[in-house]
Amino acid sequence: MAKKIKAKKQAAKAPAAKNKKPAANNKKPAAKAKIAAARKKPAVKTTASRKSTPKKTRKRSGPSDQTLKELHLKMVRIRCFEEAGGQMMEDGKIPGALHLYVGEEAIAAGVMQHLSNEDQITSTHRGHGHLVAKGGEFKPMFAELLGRSTGYCGGKGGSMHISNLELGMLGANGIVGGGPPIAMGAAFSNKFRKTKNVTISFFGDGASNEGSVHEAANMAALYKLPCIFVCENNGYGEYTSQANHQAIVDVADRAAGYGMPGVIVDGMDVMAVYEAAGEAIERARNGGGPTLLECKTYRYYDHVGMRGMGMSYRTDEEVEAWRKRDAIAGFEQRLIELGVMNRKQVDSIYTRINNEIEEAIAYAFDSPHPEPHELLENVYCEKGA
Amino acid sequence: MSEAKKQEARKIPYVAAIKEGVREVLLEQDNSFVAGEDVAGAGGVFGHYGGLLQEFGPDRVYDTPISEKAIMGLGVGASATGCRPIVDIMFIDFIGECMDEIANQMAKMRYMFGGNATLPVTIITMSGGGLSMAAQHSQCLEAWLAHLPGVKVVCPSNAYDAKGMTIAAARDDNPVFVVFNKASLGMSMEVPEGAYEVPIGKAAICREGSDLTIVAISRMVHEAMAAADQLKDLGLDVEVIDARSVQPFDTETVIKSIKKTHRALIVHEAVKFGGIGGEISAQIQEQAFDYLDAPVMRVGAPFCPVPFSPVLEEIYIPNADTIVAKVKDTLEL
Repeated sequence: MAKKIKAKKQAAKAPAAKNKKPAANNKKPAAKAKIAAARKKPAVKTTASRKSTPKKTRKRSGPSDQTLKELHLKMVRIRCFEEAGGQMMEDGKIPGALHLYVGEEAIAAGVMQHLSNEDQITSTHRGHGHLVAKGGEFKPMFAELLGRSTGYCGGKGGSMHISNLELGMLGANGIVGGGPPIAMGAAFSNKFRKTKNVTISFFGDGASNEGSVHEAANMAALYKLPCIFVCENNGYGEYTSQANHQAIVDVADRAAGYGMPGVIVDGMDVMAVYEAAGEAIERARNGGGPTLLECKTYRYYDHVGMRGMGMSYRTDEEVEAWRKRDAIAGFEQRLIELGVMNRKQVDSIYTRINNEIEEAIAYAFDSPHPEPHELLENVYCEKGA
Repeated sequence: MSEAKKQEARKIPYVAAIKEGVREVLLEQDNSFVAGEDVAGAGGVFGHYGGLLQEFGPDRVYDTPISEKAIMGLGVGASATGCRPIVDIMFIDFIGECMDEIANQMAKMRYMFGGNATLPVTIITMSGGGLSMAAQHSQCLEAWLAHLPGVKVVCPSNAYDAKGMTIAAARDDNPVFVVFNKASLGMSMEVPEGAYEVPIGKAAICREGSDLTIVAISRMVHEAMAAADQLKDLGLDVEVIDARSVQPFDTETVIKSIKKTHRALIVHEAVKFGGIGGEISAQIQEQAFDYLDAPVMRVGAPFCPVPFSPVLEEIYIPNADTIVAKVKDTLEL
C-alpha cells in the first residue's frame, strides 16, 4: 500500500507538460481554425520538455556516424518494404489489406534505435514499419503477408497481426487502441521482474480517442511504469481528419491529465524523434515513469493500399506539402552535408535493400501454404506450468 | 475428490477456499501477482483476497484503478512477457468494459502469432443473482466467454472446486476465467489444506442415477441435487452432473451418462436463450440422439434482465421447484 501511495504522489508531481495549456476550449471555432492551420503547415516545432536543441549545435557531439547510418538504414528498409508490399497488394498478389507506413518512417526508426530485443513494443494496424525497425527480417515478413507457413506467424496473422516476440514485437493490431493496454501490461511485467526494459506503445491520433488508451496511460502513470506512449499523429483516423475526430490539435495535451510529461516532436525529423524518444526512454529505464510522445507525421498513401492522390477526404496539395518534407530525403541531404555518406553510398543502400527484398519475395512465394491440420493448432497452449 | 492430497480436510466456506487457492498460487509461483479493484487494501469486496496484501506485500497484490480495460490489458501484456498474473474483474457484468482485451487480444494472441505467444493469465470474477443486486451485478455471462476460442472458462459450484480450480487455472498456460458464484460464498464444505488441482475440462458426477441426467452449472448444481431428491419421491432416479468447466466442456462424461439414463436436462442460471445449455443440448442430440427417450430439456432464466425486486428475482432464478416442474411437464409425471 505504502508503495502505491508513493507512486501516486510522484506521478502527480511529474513534470506534466509544463509549458502546455490545459486541453483546449473545445467548442470554440477558434480551436478549429488552429487545427486547420496546423494541418496546413506541417512544420511543427513545439516541444514540452526537450532540453537539447538539434541542428546547428550538433556536429561531432551528437550521435555517432554509425547511429546516423543505422537510423537511415532503418527508414530505407521500411520504405522499400512498404513500397514493394503495397505494390504486391495492388497487383492482387497479397490477400487481404495492407496499411502502409510510408511517410512515417522517421518515428519507428528514431524510437527503435534505442531499444534492444528485450524491450517490447506494441504496434498498430500500420505495423510493418515497426517490425522492420525492431529487427524484423524481410523473408518471414513477406511470407507472413502472403499467409505462408514460413511467415512470422505461420501465416495465421497476416499484415494486421504480424509479430515476433523474440524481437520484443508484441504484435501489430487490428483493433484501433488495442495495443496500449498490452504495452502497459508488458511494462508492468518489466518492472515486476525488476528489469531495466521499457515498452513502447505506438498508436495514432485516431486511437487516442479510444478509452483503452486513456485507461492504459492512467495505469502506467499511476504505477510509474517504463512505458512510452508514442502517438503517431498523421492527421487522420482512417479517412476522417483530426479536425473532425477530436477538438484538440495536440494529443500530447492529454498527458497532463494522466500525470505524465507530454512531448511534441516533428515526426518527419528522425533526429528530433531520436532525441525525444531517447530522453523518454532513459527516464523510463531509470524509474521515472511513462511519457506521452506525440510525433506529427503524415500518411502518404490512403488508409489502405497505395492510392495517395485524388482522395475525397484530403487535398493533393496537402499530400505534396508533406512529401516535400520527406523524412528520408531530408535526412539523406543532411548526411551528405555532414559527410557521413555520399550520394553514391546512399544509392547503393537502396540497390542492396531492393535486392534483398526481391530475394525475400521470391522466398515467400516459394514457401508452402499452411497445412490444413494447422487450422486448429495453437488455439491453446497444450502444456501447463 | 480423488484429485486431492487427502490432507486434514476441514470445513471452510467457498469464499475462504478461493482465498486459499490464490494464496497457494502466490506461494508456489514467484512470477504471479494479484491485481484488481479493491483486492489489496480491502481484500476484495467479498473478502476473497483478505490478508493477502499483509502476507505477500504490495509487490504481489495490487489495487488497480476502476479500469477494466487496463486490468485486462495488464493481464495480457504481463502474461505475454514472463509473468503469471491473476487479475480480478469484480463482477462478470463488467466484462463489457474490457471485452476487446478479452475477445480480440487475450483469446486470439497465441493463434494470431502462430503459437509464439503464451498467456498464462487467470481471471477471477463473480457471477450470479440472488442478492438483490439487480440487472448489472447479477448476470451469468459464462456463455459469452465460452464462445471464444482461446480462453477456458470454469464455474466452480463448491468450496473444494473453488480452491482446486483456482490452482489449476493458475498452473494452466492459457487464459482461464474462474467464474465464481457470489450467492455460494458462504457455503461450507470439507476442503484440504495445501495445494491441489481440480482438473479443467472434467465434469463431476455428483449423484448417480438411471432415469434422467441433469447437467448443472455452478450454483444450479445444488438446486439440481435438491430437485433430484424431490424427483426420487416421484420414482425418478436422477443422475446429477456438475459441468464444472464450460470451456472446454466435458461432452464425454455427459454423453456417457445420457446413454445410460436416456433423458437429459440442462440447468443454468444464465438466460436460457443463447445460454450454454443450447450448446450442450445440441451436442447431446448430435452424439446420443438414438439413445434419447425424451426431448432434451433446458431450465434457465427467462429472457429478461435480472430484476431488483426480491419477489421478482425469486421467480427469475431457477430453483429445485422449477426444475421439478420442468421434468414433470416434459415427462408427463
